[in-house]
Amino acid sequence: MHPAVSIIFFTTASGAGYGLLVLLGWGVLVGHLGTQVGFGICAFGLALGLVGAGLLSSLGHLGHPERAWRALTQWRSSWLSREGVSAILTFLPALFLAWSWVVVGSVSSAAAALTILGAIVTTICTAMIYASLKPIRAWRNPWTVPIYLVLGLYTGALLTALLLHVYGMRGPFIGFMIAITGLAGAALKIGYWLFLDRGVAASTPESATGLGAIGKVRMLDPPHTESNYLLKEMGYRVARKHAKRLRLIVLALGFGMPILLTFLAHGVGPAMAIVLSLAAAVLGGLGVVVERWLFFAEARHTVTLYYGASHA
Amino acid sequence: MTSLPTTSGTKKLGLVIDLDICVGCHACAVNCKEWNTSGHSAPLTDLDPYGKDVDGVWFNRVHSFEAGDHECGRTVHFPRSCLHCETPDCVTVCPTGASYKRAEDGIVLVNPDTCIGCKLCSWACPYGAREFDETDGVMKKCTLCIDRIYNETMEEVDRVPACVSTCPVSARHFGDLGDPESDVSKLVAAREGYDLMPELGYKPTNKYLPPRMPKRQSAPALMPSEEVAAKGFLAWLDRMLSR
Repeated sequence: MHPAVSIIFFTTASGAGYGLLVLLGWGVLVGHLGTQVGFGICAFGLALGLVGAGLLSSLGHLGHPERAWRALTQWRSSWLSREGVSAILTFLPALFLAWSWVVVGSVSSAAAALTILGAIVTTICTAMIYASLKPIRAWRNPWTVPIYLVLGLYTGALLTALLLHVYGMRGPFIGFMIAITGLAGAALKIGYWLFLDRGVAASTPESATGLGAIGKVRMLDPPHTESNYLLKEMGYRVARKHAKRLRLIVLALGFGMPILLTFLAHGVGPAMAIVLSLAAAVLGGLGVVVERWLFFAEARHTVTLYYGASHA
Repeated sequence: MTSLPTTSGTKKLGLVIDLDICVGCHACAVNCKEWNTSGHSAPLTDLDPYGKDVDGVWFNRVHSFEAGDHECGRTVHFPRSCLHCETPDCVTVCPTGASYKRAEDGIVLVNPDTCIGCKLCSWACPYGAREFDETDGVMKKCTLCIDRIYNETMEEVDRVPACVSTCPVSARHFGDLGDPESDVSKLVAAREGYDLMPELGYKPTNKYLPPRMPKRQSAPALMPSEEVAAKGFLAWLDRMLSR
């Protein structure tokens, strides 16, 4: 599948934003964070900014962005529609929580709980857009939803740690959160890649053409000499050696280094801790961008079976 | 509404494509383009039509495959277009309601006035039936020539999809596959017509008729091999000459 920049940015940015919202809501519920105004402005500004920028970016790949409001109507059947509705509804408790934190100075537990719920539901909806597509084995499997959730929480935790260091509120909890979500994310990705490499889709050139009774099916002549929408959108191929290298980059730079930097940041002075946690957040974010690029680039669509692919 | 119709009637209009007699001439694809570029989903935009990177929207594409090996191998020309599935995910994934399945005849259509061009329906279709029109910013697909089959200004004989009317070998048939007594349903039953990718559960309405298999019992219509085993006197002569 073609890795569109707008969708990769949308899923990674909004994932991190929702992860940050979950942790802020959690901090309110357990009473760990207090209500420091500067921290509140930065944290909610960053979280809602990432979510908002992601949503705007997702409009960028539409043929008719001015009609985007129509996408809120079909929540009964469409995960894309559910995602839109859920994203907008989540803004309500999140904005109320931010207002009660920054302006009122007394946070609402109900708003925090609803923010956590909305952020998780929206991330699940995003993942289900992909996990519900039967023609794409790399997406329609039990790995997709947990990976979106855990990577959102992981990148959100890296941002939370950075903000805590900036405002001198360091504590052990967020470090453990980064380690747990980072290790879980790496384990999920390794499991997912094994799933990807060790199997093929149920559909074959034989089932796609129905000619399997005669024998093995091979493409003789393509229907057109030039490329078309189907091949540009769904015929994307990434070289196997590049994919292998990019997977290692995701594991080492996206998960390994940020976890290491997070622990190092706990043993150094405040200024150095900010630098290290900033590096961790940047590396983790870039790692998830590479991970998301691979999520698209490695995914094969059954339509390619009509264009000479031996498996999907 | 992109939920599938719950009150759908028994009428299921669709195509039956005979892979035994399709000669791969692409006339169906060309006439489809010709009709539909001024039809319901007009235009079928061409990008850079006279340049180096020709691209454009087509509703029907004719692939050619080889199946099997040696005497049993066949070249099969394979027209591919929307199958107007009974349970099409291209409809249910649509966030706006632009993609819909008609209750009265099962035809799957796109409303170009409400499509936002998110392309998700084209990802959800396993058969590659939907092509995005970059110029119009909306998704386009086969309409089963809805502007021909109900067109009372045309002669009744012409009220069939453009691909069916133009096929020079009558490899394409149009009719109601929901009626077991219709000509197309009888044809499917007689020739063991089948679904594409049945494992995905989209329940395509369109059916494909398989190529007829060569009769295995009779001698293959091939030049005899020179290595024919001789018997009796000829075998003795063969041994003598082989010394």
